[in-house]
Amino acid sequence: MLRVCWKGAHAAARQCVCGKVKAHPLQHCRRYTTAGDSGSSAGKIVAASLLTVGGGLSGTILYAKWDPKFRANIEKSVPYSDQLFEMALGPPPPPLVPLQKKPGKIEPLQISSLSEASKESKQPKAKAKKSDPAPVEAPPAVEEAPAPTPQTLEEASAEAAHIISAIGEVPSVPAPGTSDESPPGHTAAGEERKDHHEPALKERPAEEVSARLAQQDKAEQDALAALTAGLEESLGSSAKTTLQAIGAQEAVLTAIATHANKLREAMDSQTPPDEKSTQWKALNEALSDRTRAMEEAEEALLKAKGELEILRGVINSAKQSKIDSARPQILAAEENLHSMIVDLDKVVTKVQTAQTEAKIVSQYSELVNEAKAQFQQELANITPEIQANWKGLSGKLSADDLNSLIAHAHRRIDQLNRELAEQRVREQIHIEAALEQQKLEDQKALERAVTSALEHRREDMRLEQEKKVQEVREVMEAEMRTQLRRQAAAHTDHLRDVLKVQEQELREEAQEILNSKMMEQETHYRRLTQEQLDTFTLDMNAAYARLKGIEEAIDSHVIAEEEARKAHQLWLSVEALNYTLKSAGADSPTEPLEGAVGVIKENCAENEFAQALASALPEESLSRGIYGEASLRARFYDIRRLARRVALIDETRNSLYQYFLSYLQSILLFEREQVVPPAKLASEDLDTFRLLAYATYSIERGDLELAAKFVNQLRGESQRVAQDWLKEARLTLETKQVISLLSAYANAVGLGTTQAP
Amino acid sequence: MSEKELGQKWDRCLADCAVKFGTGLGLGIVFSVVFFKRRTWPIVFGTGLGLGMAYSNCQNDLRSRYVLHSKYFSFEQK
Repeated sequence: MLRVCWKGAHAAARQCVCGKVKAHPLQHCRRYTTAGDSGSSAGKIVAASLLTVGGGLSGTILYAKWDPKFRANIEKSVPYSDQLFEMALGPPPPPLVPLQKKPGKIEPLQISSLSEASKESKQPKAKAKKSDPAPVEAPPAVEEAPAPTPQTLEEASAEAAHIISAIGEVPSVPAPGTSDESPPGHTAAGEERKDHHEPALKERPAEEVSARLAQQDKAEQDALAALTAGLEESLGSSAKTTLQAIGAQEAVLTAIATHANKLREAMDSQTPPDEKSTQWKALNEALSDRTRAMEEAEEALLKAKGELEILRGVINSAKQSKIDSARPQILAAEENLHSMIVDLDKVVTKVQTAQTEAKIVSQYSELVNEAKAQFQQELANITPEIQANWKGLSGKLSADDLNSLIAHAHRRIDQLNRELAEQRVREQIHIEAALEQQKLEDQKALERAVTSALEHRREDMRLEQEKKVQEVREVMEAEMRTQLRRQAAAHTDHLRDVLKVQEQELREEAQEILNSKMMEQETHYRRLTQEQLDTFTLDMNAAYARLKGIEEAIDSHVIAEEEARKAHQLWLSVEALNYTLKSAGADSPTEPLEGAVGVIKENCAENEFAQALASALPEESLSRGIYGEASLRARFYDIRRLARRVALIDETRNSLYQYFLSYLQSILLFEREQVVPPAKLASEDLDTFRLLAYATYSIERGDLELAAKFVNQLRGESQRVAQDWLKEARLTLETKQVISLLSAYANAVGLGTTQAP
Repeated sequence: MSEKELGQKWDRCLADCAVKFGTGLGLGIVFSVVFFKRRTWPIVFGTGLGLGMAYSNCQNDLRSRYVLHSKYFSFEQK
């Protein structure tokens, strides 16, 4: 059965399931499919959204990479995008800074002479660099590499003005000496300026500058000295050698002259033959002399030329070194050189002419010798037995020989006559030819002379020009110096004036300031003293007042203590009085309060208030004492019962029957014992029973006064019944009031006099 | 005390009533015995008399406060 059930359950379940399976699987399927569908569609959605977001992000990043402005915008607007960008792209490109113009090579200031200004390629544009204090330095100026044309004089003067004004701006730095000046001998076109090192862009301190200047001056001086020494040396040596050369040349001249003379003499065969040999010897000697002299002269000339070259080299180097003060020396050296060269040349030309003459003479002599030789040869031919030296054979000659000789001589004479005639005929031609030759030679010589003269003239002119230039420069320099001096003087005057004025102003200012400070100090001092005085007075007053105060305080303290003692006593007596109140028994009154009140009266004999209060106590309380509240309360209930019973009885109704009715009423009337009394009594509240209820309520709450008030409102017999109670209550209340007043007063007095610990 | 007054009055009243009653009763009995041949009417009469007197006394006593007392003054015009 269980199995059946089981089966049934299974079947049911299955059915259920199957029933639902169809739906379920469908549902499932649907769910799956929907899930699948939804899954796929959700996946699609997710993928699509991811794609969009990624695409947007990458697009933003790429665009930001390309456009930095866009990147900046995005970084500004979207927080944390800058980090993302930094991560992706690296740090942002730096903002474009406007390229500062490279300051051109700062050319230092130079006080240079006008020629220098004209010579210098580009003067430093000091005005352009007003902001930076142009370093006024003497060291090698910065010169532009290309050799520009020299500036005109106006430009140079403008430059000079610039320089002067710039100097005016920078007074602290001493003006540099005219140290760096290129030698005047070179034109700008001729020389290439070397690019010197770039000067420092910052101003050197004055000491450094002056030190440098001193250094440079010293170096200059040294160089100058060296230069001059060198120049002098070379000049001296060259002069010596030149002189030597000239001397040698002159010697050569003389030697040549002597030699020529000798030769001519020798050629003039009019001397006797035995002197001929001496003559020829002398001639030979002269010749050797001449050759030697020539050699010497050659040597000397070479040496001189060498020396002159050296001198020229030295002069060039001196010129290169650009020391201005050496210029005149250089000029002089150059002049010397030139003159030496000229002299040398002259002498050389002289020698050359002499040489040519000598050559002519020698040629003539050669010709003569040749003729002689020929003659001799002829003679030899004719007279073979006559040997070479026919001079000593004049006595040995035979008649034939003589005849042949004379025949030969005649023949020769004829020949010579013929030749002469021929020559005469050809004279003209020869002369013309000779003239031509001579002309040519003359021309050549002329040319040479002209060229040499030209050279010399040119050299002269150059030297003169240089001299003139030098002079002009010096003049200009002097003038410039005077002008500068004038300017400086004017400047100093101006400065003096300005300084005077400034001094005045400053003095006044200082005086003012001093005055004001003095005033301040004085007022301050006065104020301080016054303050001191005031404070002292204040302190004194304060001290006195305090003393007084203290005295008063002490007095009042004494008084207060007295008061306190009295108050204490009063309080004690009032407490005693209060205590006596407690002595009320259940039904018996308290002790008579006389004693306590008497004590109070004693204690506060001066206190009017207390006295008044103490006397305000009712007589009964004093003599008889008062009833306690509890007894009154108890009594009240009796009164209440009674009053209820005679509630109907008053003046009009007071028969016994009324009494009976009243009793009946009181028995039959049911009401609450206690009723909350209202704030205001209305007319219906004046009912006996009501009043009694209120009174009961009040008295139950301890409010005797209110109960008394309500009881006071009773009328008729009830009133008469409650009369005594009321009286007692009144008494008690009065006494209690007075005592409470006294107690409060005592407390107050006590509080007033007690001092807080 | 004023509240005791009423009680006292009632005590007196009762006492008086008792006395008067007894007295009346006695007298009545006496009279009835003596004079009226043992009739009851003089007892009742006497009791009634006595009670009545007691009642009246009681009432008067209780009323006593409200009763106005007057005095005669002879006024002589001078």
